[in-house]
Amino acid sequence: MSISYTERHSPGASFSIEISRQLCSEQSRFQKIEIFDSDEFGRFLTLDGYMMLTERDEFIYHEMMVHVPMAVHPNPKNVLIIGGGDGGCVRELCRYPNIERIDLVEIDQRVIELCESFLPSVACSFNDPRLLIHYEDGLRYIRRFENTYDIILVDSTDPFGPGEGLFTREFYGNCHKALKTHGILVNQHESPFYSEDADACRKAHFNIFSAFPICKVYQAHIPTYPSGHWLFGFASKGLDPLADLHADEWEKLKLDTKYYNTRLHRGAFALPTYVNNLLKEAER
Amino acid sequence: MNRELQKRAPIYEALEKFKAARIVPFDVPGHKRGKGNPELTEFLGEKCLTVDVNSMKPLDNLCHPVSVIREAEELAADAFGAAHAFLMVGGTTSSVQSMVLAACSRGDKIILPRNVHRSVINAIVLNGAVPVYVFPGTNERLGIALGMSVSDVKKAIDENPDAKAVLVNNPTYYGICSDIRAITKLAHDRGMLMLADEAHGTHFYFDRTLPTSAMAAGADMAAVSMHKSGGSLTQSSFLLSGPAINADRLRQIINLTQTTSGSYLLMSSLDISRKNLALSGASIFRQVRELTGYARHEINLIGDYYAYSKEIIDGNAVFDFDETKLSINTASLGLAGIEVYDILRDDYGIQTEFGDLSNILAYVSVGDRDRDIERLISALFDIRRRFRRSDTPPALKQEYISPTVAATPQEAFYADSQQVPLEKTVGQICTEFVMCYPPGIPILAPGERITKEILEYILYAKEKGCFLTGPEDMEINSLNVMKGVRK
Repeated sequence: MSISYTERHSPGASFSIEISRQLCSEQSRFQKIEIFDSDEFGRFLTLDGYMMLTERDEFIYHEMMVHVPMAVHPNPKNVLIIGGGDGGCVRELCRYPNIERIDLVEIDQRVIELCESFLPSVACSFNDPRLLIHYEDGLRYIRRFENTYDIILVDSTDPFGPGEGLFTREFYGNCHKALKTHGILVNQHESPFYSEDADACRKAHFNIFSAFPICKVYQAHIPTYPSGHWLFGFASKGLDPLADLHADEWEKLKLDTKYYNTRLHRGAFALPTYVNNLLKEAER
Repeated sequence: MNRELQKRAPIYEALEKFKAARIVPFDVPGHKRGKGNPELTEFLGEKCLTVDVNSMKPLDNLCHPVSVIREAEELAADAFGAAHAFLMVGGTTSSVQSMVLAACSRGDKIILPRNVHRSVINAIVLNGAVPVYVFPGTNERLGIALGMSVSDVKKAIDENPDAKAVLVNNPTYYGICSDIRAITKLAHDRGMLMLADEAHGTHFYFDRTLPTSAMAAGADMAAVSMHKSGGSLTQSSFLLSGPAINADRLRQIINLTQTTSGSYLLMSSLDISRKNLALSGASIFRQVRELTGYARHEINLIGDYYAYSKEIIDGNAVFDFDETKLSINTASLGLAGIEVYDILRDDYGIQTEFGDLSNILAYVSVGDRDRDIERLISALFDIRRRFRRSDTPPALKQEYISPTVAATPQEAFYADSQQVPLEKTVGQICTEFVMCYPPGIPILAPGERITKEILEYILYAKEKGCFLTGPEDMEINSLNVMKGVRK
């Protein structure tokens, strides 16, 4: 006998992982938090039945969220993470000695607590002295800041449920206000493949595009996310993700990464034609 | 109010029983519980279509209620502290019209503020009554019309001792209340009926911290929009009456214009919503007040916006304020309310209730989630970042222009008229309504003289993108005016 976790990726296609046991299932004030063990993907976290991360492939997502903007910004000191209660983005950021302060705004305290208990390889940097955690709605938090952050990472769930406010124009507009002149915003941009995800992607892209002068998109291959093909939005007030890439300086940091490298950085911005068309459509 | 009895919902219960009886329908409606119209049934749901039925013995008859509808009306009367309540299915418009038609007839005077909903003047067009307008105070900063001061009402009553009734908005669309207790006493002392348009005041009956309701103030009739803050289906409403009103005569008047095919969807929604408000209204509206209070606080921190509340109470034209209303003044931002209203919808996917020249109104109810309130507040932040032009305040701020009544609404509406290009109408007497919708308060009503100021207002509202309605000419490039009137 086998027990599987199954997530619908589209009305006609599903993705399953055989699980060996369930470690936790809890309805928090905001969502249902579940953690499972599996042989193939190791331990994994789902929210409201949607895959958030697995031990096996989370490095791809977190490295791409963090190292792309970090290799472009000349001197990032203040970083804001919206969402990201699993701690993966915090872990990657804490590897940079120059960062002075990280604000993590997570609406659901239980996500952080459960990840600390069950996913120690991801939630391993919550004790870093540079980190300050705020348990608050990201949309509400961001309103009060002006010209404060060098980098904002929007590590949200999906555009429905507690994260829906993070895909809106009012959110990106307020992020623009909160960023400094050389500020960069990176957003998880959903997948371009299945039509419902593509709609969300188009909408998010349009909303970012409306708020920022520079708005580029890059991709990564993440096996456990719908279609495996995932996009990230890179938005800034002036820095270009390719022209302003400080590859040599980043190499000098000698960070040990499993997915990211500066050659891949350049390549990740080269998108399939159908994705380019989808984005162009959104920009109209 | 009898809490135990309020747990009942007679129409809803009768419909449940009726469904279980599986009666074979050889009566209207022709869709026969939806089976005859599969696309509609798919869209609205089978549950909905099976109770879209006609009057019949077990379900009573709205025009002549003797069983379950009568019981539902008695429960509603008990919940609202009225002597009698009528289930209305033609919107609060029909409640207001029936109330006015019952209070006065041809040639009778009725004292009212000019910032009434069009339905009030519609009724006056129908019955030929003569409106005596009381100037509602105005607030220059907010650019809105307020309530009636007691002294102005007293003056109108003294000057028109033959008037049959006084009507108040309780509250206005913006949440402003007149001193309804004092005005009721004035009216009753002179033998006049007291009427209240409570299209925006249903919740007053269920939350003691909110302004006084018409029935509590001793008014004779009140039109209550259950479908706004009460949560029932659009177009359902209550007409309440006090002990001095002959309810059976009032029913006859309602039946002059009410459909004989009252919708059971609407009636059951009134029944269930009444039950809900009677049992949990107090906590529901406390929650709404908390949400609105939070939003107001956050919005006032943004700068340039002014979300007003009880601080505008002056004991006079603003006797009280309804805290559940989230009215936001946008004038200091340099944007007209209607512009903010449009930007919110077009750029942020947020639909508010209305925008006028200087304000928007966001309708907050128990159905709102915290995160939706956050979206509204954040969008207002972002609109300020993108569009603020405080150096150029909007050209026009004031919503209210005092009318010059030259003929009764009925005379004007039915008079020989001609269509005249808008810009040539100054000095003429208008024979139709002109209003922005919402809020649906006429800029011009039939019988009012068109002034330069009114013309400028109409042109400005058009330019700013207000949704103007009323005139025969849908484009509002011309107006119908009385023939043979010298300028």
